[in-house]
Amino acid sequence: MEKTRPLWATPLQFVFACISYAVGLGNVWRFPYLCQMYGGGSFLVPYIIMLVVEGMPLLYLELAVGQRMRQGSIGAWRTVSPYLSGVGVASVVVSFFLCMYYNVVNAWAFWYLFHSFQDPLPWSVCPLNGNRTGYIEECEKASSTQYFWYRKTLNISPSIQESGAVQWEPALCLILAWLVVYLCILRGTESTGKVVYFTALLPYCVLIIYLVRGLTLHGATNGLAYMFTPKMEQLANPKAWINAATQIFFSLGLGFGSLIAFASYNEPSNNCQKHAIIVSIINSSTSIFASIVTFSIYGFKATFNYESCLNKVILLLTNSFDLEDGFLTANNLEQVKDYLASAYPSKYSEVFPQIKNCSLETELETAVQGTGLAFIVYTEAIKNMEVSQLWSVLYFFMLLLLGIGSMLGNTAAILTPLTDSKVISSYLPKEAISGLVCLANCAIGMLFTMEAGSYWFDIFNDYAATLSLLLIVLAETVAVCYLYGLSRFESDLKAMTGRALNWYWKAMWGGVSPLLIISLFIFYLSDYIITGTLRYQAWDAAQGQLVTKDYPPHALAVIGLLVAASTMCIPLGALGTLITRRLKRGDTAPVA
Amino acid sequence: MDKYAWDANEEYLFKAMVAFSMRKVPNRETTEISHVLLCNVTQRVSFWFVVTDPSRNHTLPAVEVQSAIRMNRNRINNAFFLNDQTLEFLRIPSTLAPPTDPSVPIWIIIFGVIFCIVLVATMLLIISGIRQHRRKNKGPSEMEDSEDKCENVITIENGIPCDPLDMKGGHINDAFVTEDERLTPL
Repeated sequence: MEKTRPLWATPLQFVFACISYAVGLGNVWRFPYLCQMYGGGSFLVPYIIMLVVEGMPLLYLELAVGQRMRQGSIGAWRTVSPYLSGVGVASVVVSFFLCMYYNVVNAWAFWYLFHSFQDPLPWSVCPLNGNRTGYIEECEKASSTQYFWYRKTLNISPSIQESGAVQWEPALCLILAWLVVYLCILRGTESTGKVVYFTALLPYCVLIIYLVRGLTLHGATNGLAYMFTPKMEQLANPKAWINAATQIFFSLGLGFGSLIAFASYNEPSNNCQKHAIIVSIINSSTSIFASIVTFSIYGFKATFNYESCLNKVILLLTNSFDLEDGFLTANNLEQVKDYLASAYPSKYSEVFPQIKNCSLETELETAVQGTGLAFIVYTEAIKNMEVSQLWSVLYFFMLLLLGIGSMLGNTAAILTPLTDSKVISSYLPKEAISGLVCLANCAIGMLFTMEAGSYWFDIFNDYAATLSLLLIVLAETVAVCYLYGLSRFESDLKAMTGRALNWYWKAMWGGVSPLLIISLFIFYLSDYIITGTLRYQAWDAAQGQLVTKDYPPHALAVIGLLVAASTMCIPLGALGTLITRRLKRGDTAPVA
Repeated sequence: MDKYAWDANEEYLFKAMVAFSMRKVPNRETTEISHVLLCNVTQRVSFWFVVTDPSRNHTLPAVEVQSAIRMNRNRINNAFFLNDQTLEFLRIPSTLAPPTDPSVPIWIIIFGVIFCIVLVATMLLIISGIRQHRRKNKGPSEMEDSEDKCENVITIENGIPCDPLDMKGGHINDAFVTEDERLTPL
């Protein structure tokens, strides 16, 4: 008697699983940065166009393939064509790399979450130096939030060559993070299906709370006005379009095999077209929603810093010229400065180098993305809010939910092919397979808790998935349209779901989307080639800021290995199938 | 922000506090208020001050005065309802209060609690999973014996098991509808 495939209890669980996987940290920390860099409100134009032209068709394709083949990525692509088993393997390899480094962010979120239960927040004050006369120098030069991130959390080394030792605190948090992930995936769709209700819905609750709080902060409107003022000239910038396409592509998580895995647990008659449209729209709306929250917080932080800067200048002038307290305010600062310059020219020129030019625009223009945004900029804004512990706990709890939701998808991409394979699942129950995968990833993840771990994290983040995914999705689209046959796939879908395939999807799959992916691929390659050597940002403790350094040869080798390991699977898989078929044909005696 | 009201009485209080700080230094117990001199008072409320020794011949070295004030900084601040940020002595660095360090860092306590909860939940799920497995393994082996008796073969097509025709209670073949329904009524 054959075991039936486990199914989602309701289609809603499937939708929530997809949303929980697609809506991740990238929506919170990458999209606002792109919006700011490429013209604010006008960035929404290329973004929405790319969503309709690239995001929805490719998402529908993956869900349809998974639902039709009812297997994980390796089995699904092998069914499409035996020469494509490499595509599935490449997906699994990329997912494996992703799992390794993605959970480290959850570990950091746990670390910050646990530290949020103190008064005052540990990143709001600098620690004292040895003889208690002042603060630690590194903290003075940088800021307390940067110090807490670079020194207390990462204990970062000055360069990637100096690996240092494994830090036990982040290591403990990493073990906890993997334990939580294991708990959620332990029972397969049974447990995952229930967890995704939380990981999909709760972040929205927190975002709404933050939206209300953010909009009522002093100075929030500055940030929002800055963000949404459209800079129409950016529409002519090709980089805006390329980044919009890239963001849609990676934000939906295409090519990892997670969507195929989730869809394979669907009923065959499920309406995945509707679900694809819903998931992609929700994903993009969440990005826009999160950037509203982010920009109101940016505005608050920029206004706060601007006003502190002004106050420092006022204090400096009042002290130097012995003016009456309260005489200098933000309003008359410029006039008084001119007056002082003319009345006491010599003394003014002494003081002049120390007077900083406070500008709200420069504060707003500091565009940050990635871990810097999440752990430095946001924490800086939070420490200035009232009841900062509450906001801090809420924020890091939300980051955790987003991160763990994405991890569920990432691990599903690895586990579904493994549990589908009859060889492995006959020896081990799925709990053991999940446990082994989590254990292996946790052990390798310890690399990222070393002192240079953050630099290796950046390597994985920038290079492990980008090129390979483009190639994988291109191979998928071409395979379905031309190898398997678009008309054959269309009749399959009609038999499965009972609905005809709209001409729009056929046009996109056959022509537009592959062309888009090829142009993205060419752009990335030319970008790598033009920049020549690859560089990274290293933290210099003496100066208290980031400096740019070149990657050493062994780091470049690792980057090359990462890209090669996944992309080479595709041709190697095809080659392997070709060879085994030739051998089989050679074995059987030719019939005369 | 309210301006600090500075007048002659406040000056007197300041001189008294400085004299009090000097009196705490051994060998200087005889310092009087009249030994403290203020000069260059500005609107900013800033001024220079010196402490002369009893014979009024010379001023005391700055280092001595600085260390004396440093010892009693808290008292001086409180006398004026000010703090280290609002009452500044140039060249006297303030001793910053050390942050309260609990014996066990708070984050480890919370980490421990959450870790234990997650561990216990995982163990429970694994154990209940093993129990379900054992029950399933006992179940199919019993069913297999009865299967051999019934020769109930379940055909599998396309990975989906076809439901066998219901053999219970006679040999009613569901594929055929009853006679009444097949013939249209007159």
